[in-house]
Amino acid sequence: MTGRTETRLWIAQRASAAVLALCVIVHLATLIYAVHGGLSAAEILERTRGSAAWLGFYLLFVVAAAIHAPIGVRTVLREMTSWRGRSLDLAAVLFGLLLAMLGARAALAVFGWGAVFA
Amino acid sequence: MPDERTLEVKVWRGGESGRFQAFAVPRRASQTVLDVVTWIQRHLDATLSYRYACRVGMCGSCAMTVNGKPRWTCRTHVDKVADGDTLTVAPLANLPVVKDLATDMAPFFDKWAKAEGRFVPADERPADFHTVPPGTRASRAANAGIECIGCGICYAACDIVRWNRDYLGPAALNRAWTLVNDVRDAGNDVRLAAVAGDAGCHACHSQEGCRTHCPKQINPTASIAGLKRATMVAAFKGRL
Ligand code: SF4
Ligand code: SF4
Ligand code: FES
Repeated sequence: MTGRTETRLWIAQRASAAVLALCVIVHLATLIYAVHGGLSAAEILERTRGSAAWLGFYLLFVVAAAIHAPIGVRTVLREMTSWRGRSLDLAAVLFGLLLAMLGARAALAVFGWGAVFA
Repeated sequence: MPDERTLEVKVWRGGESGRFQAFAVPRRASQTVLDVVTWIQRHLDATLSYRYACRVGMCGSCAMTVNGKPRWTCRTHVDKVADGDTLTVAPLANLPVVKDLATDMAPFFDKWAKAEGRFVPADERPADFHTVPPGTRASRAANAGIECIGCGICYAACDIVRWNRDYLGPAALNRAWTLVNDVRDAGNDVRLAAVAGDAGCHACHSQEGCRTHCPKQINPTASIAGLKRATMVAAFKGRL
């Protein structure tokens, strides 16, 4: 892997980490607020349904996670095992796509389009 | 004499495989670990191999593992590091052992070359001495790392070096960072590309094992963070 690619991956991971930090705070704050308010899961879904803002927020969350996690996992694997090269890069990309798919499915369900993937 | 204290010293003997050999060494005031090793070699076993030159913390050749930690032995007092009356001395970690306490430093310095740690003059035949403006951010950064004595202690303390044999390591990267900040140098495009590889600055975990152990109080972690920023800027400018 060239220095340029490695540097780009590093930038992508830092940038996605910054986005994730914000997303996690908003996500947890909302969660705590909703639970303290005594809302049930159904009531929460009632409120998020059809909200483009929440859909956008969670899709952003998912994209950031799908970028951040595979880069980190690839690094960890390269440090702790002897797995290197193309096959590892490909596995990391596939892992990212899997995360993106699972995440998008959850975000769409929050929006009320759960049936699309069900 | 019954009141004379004795130090029990376990010393590594052999190469990559070997064993610890115990020696009894009289304890003295202000004794350094290098004094102890030298005493053993002069009085108990002339075949003990180890390395030193200056004895005053300048040459960087006397580093060993003392009670599990990498240290410059000529400036390390026994009183400070002995575990009661016992001392364990082993060769520096993360480097091939030549014999006993002497390691092969070649892989360590080869990585300085790989990190383009060589000065590349911007002006081959300057008409006058180059002016390095003092107090600028660059000159302060270069100054902070320039006193490295090449002892390899940071290299022995670094987990990433242990896990990834290709990792350039804290000293080579620190050297590269001093040159990145040297206004007389013109080798940065090549240098930044060299330190940005998957065994370069981005592999560092920033946990400061190197800084904790550096006897010259250099902070290679900060230098490596500087390289990460510099490679990022170079990537954005399309120069990487
Ligand atoms: S901060 Fe980086 S270079 Fe220093 S010991 Fe840790 S991983 Fe190694
Ligand atoms: S940075 Fe410090 S520990 Fe590392 S080689 Fe230089 S002087 Fe030794
Ligand atoms: S002998 Fe030179 S630094 Fe210790």
